[in-house]
Amino acid sequence: MTALAALPPLCALVLAPLLPGIITRTRCWLTGRRGPPLLQTYTDIGKLLAKGAVYSRTTTAVFRAGPLVGLAAVVTAAAMVPFGTAAAPLAFPGDLILLCGLLALMRFATVLAALDTGSAFEGMGASREVQFAALAEPALVLALAVVVRSTGNLSLSGAFGALTSAAWASEGAALVLVLGTLFVVYLTENARVPVDDPGTHLELTMIHEVMVLDHGGPDLGLIHYAAALKLWVLGALLVGVALPVQDLMPWAGLLVALAGMLVLAVLVGVVETVMARLKLLRVPQLLVGATALAVLAVVLVMRGRVG
Amino acid sequence: MERLGDALLLLVLLTDLALLVTDRLSGSIRLVALQGVLLGLAPLTLAHGASLHLAAIVAGTIAIKAVVLPRILLWAIREAEVRHERQPSIGHLPSLLLGLAVTGIAFLVAARLPALPGNSLPLLIPVALSTLMIGFLLLTSRRKALSQVLGYLVLENGIYLFGLTLADRLPLLVEMGVLLDVFVGALIMGLVVFQIQRELETLDSRELSQLTD
Repeated sequence: MTALAALPPLCALVLAPLLPGIITRTRCWLTGRRGPPLLQTYTDIGKLLAKGAVYSRTTTAVFRAGPLVGLAAVVTAAAMVPFGTAAAPLAFPGDLILLCGLLALMRFATVLAALDTGSAFEGMGASREVQFAALAEPALVLALAVVVRSTGNLSLSGAFGALTSAAWASEGAALVLVLGTLFVVYLTENARVPVDDPGTHLELTMIHEVMVLDHGGPDLGLIHYAAALKLWVLGALLVGVALPVQDLMPWAGLLVALAGMLVLAVLVGVVETVMARLKLLRVPQLLVGATALAVLAVVLVMRGRVG
Repeated sequence: MERLGDALLLLVLLTDLALLVTDRLSGSIRLVALQGVLLGLAPLTLAHGASLHLAAIVAGTIAIKAVVLPRILLWAIREAEVRHERQPSIGHLPSLLLGLAVTGIAFLVAARLPALPGNSLPLLIPVALSTLMIGFLLLTSRRKALSQVLGYLVLENGIYLFGLTLADRLPLLVEMGVLLDVFVGALIMGLVVFQIQRELETLDSRELSQLTD
């Protein structure tokens, strides 16, 4: 592995906590506030890691394993997503299924840890998280299926590597629909507005935050870091589809992809500023709508190849 | 021009699907108006060179489908004071899934149809078929008379798309006649909707299936 190929995963591990900072700063900037420094997430994580942990007597090993399993899953996922022109360190045919599985495993660990506390609030949050995830997952799988189908390559690195401007020219319509789907999935999976409000601390309205209420100290630090990494992993998929950087030089491709991540974070910040949270009953409609876009994209790329 | 045409047709398909999940009637009417604009622009992407015939079709279609008809329908919902299509006989999400299934079938069927000479847009026939069937779905699954009118308009838009394959050969008079028919039809339906509301104080078309004296 050359130095350049090692750079994208390093970027993910190091730069991921920057994304929540950028999103928060965009929000603050648009609403006329100064906001926390860009590096706030790093200092938060550092502070939490230095603390000790307190565990409730009702919890078991499942509760303690939750953050660790979640972080392990998302780090593995980060190693599978190509970024810029470089292929991911971990690539094999069909790895997109494993990617979806790892994200599901991360959610499963968080949900189990939440349920393990025996708290009604956390149980409620877990129930909502699972409900929305069940709707977001088919959208993600279908969107990735379109990418695979339109490039004819079964591994994520291969498919994104073949996603050149020529692919955009022939399957542009389907890829635009996929971008729409991926953006909704991005907002849902990362618990952003309009699905969940990361800023709220009112238990009745929040989803992701409520599940981690009982975690403290290093555990909470790991959860924050894992959430930032997830923001990066799914963002890398979105940017990879949106910007066909394969025609560029490796360094330029990496820089363009990084700029894409920056734009994506700003975009999320803008969405969070101009939109309110949706009613809980409306969220499934949004997600089914996103799935519908993905289905339409599948129909478009399958056209002419069947019958 | 083909790429632009494909993008237009895709947008038409997206408005079809959006219509299936919109429950606010004014929103649905605006979607149909948007679809009218898209349909009005579609002949431009198909045509070979500008002509008076083409300009007349574009202007006439946009004027009727995107301005006049939505105005009439907006007037009808204002007068009849209906705002929402609540509880259609097939719910919004199931009807979206049905719409997707229908779209898939339309693409399958269109792939088996013999190609029409002079049709440079590969999406035209499948989108026309799906618009037709989604219009039919709206027409049959909605309960408010006004939503049924919208379903009829979408159905007609599908037929119009089919007609586009013949746009070069179709006499202007026939085009205008069809537009006039749709216009008169929608006008009458708008008035009927208004009358139903005045007589029955509801727009639920189920009320019309029972006979009383």
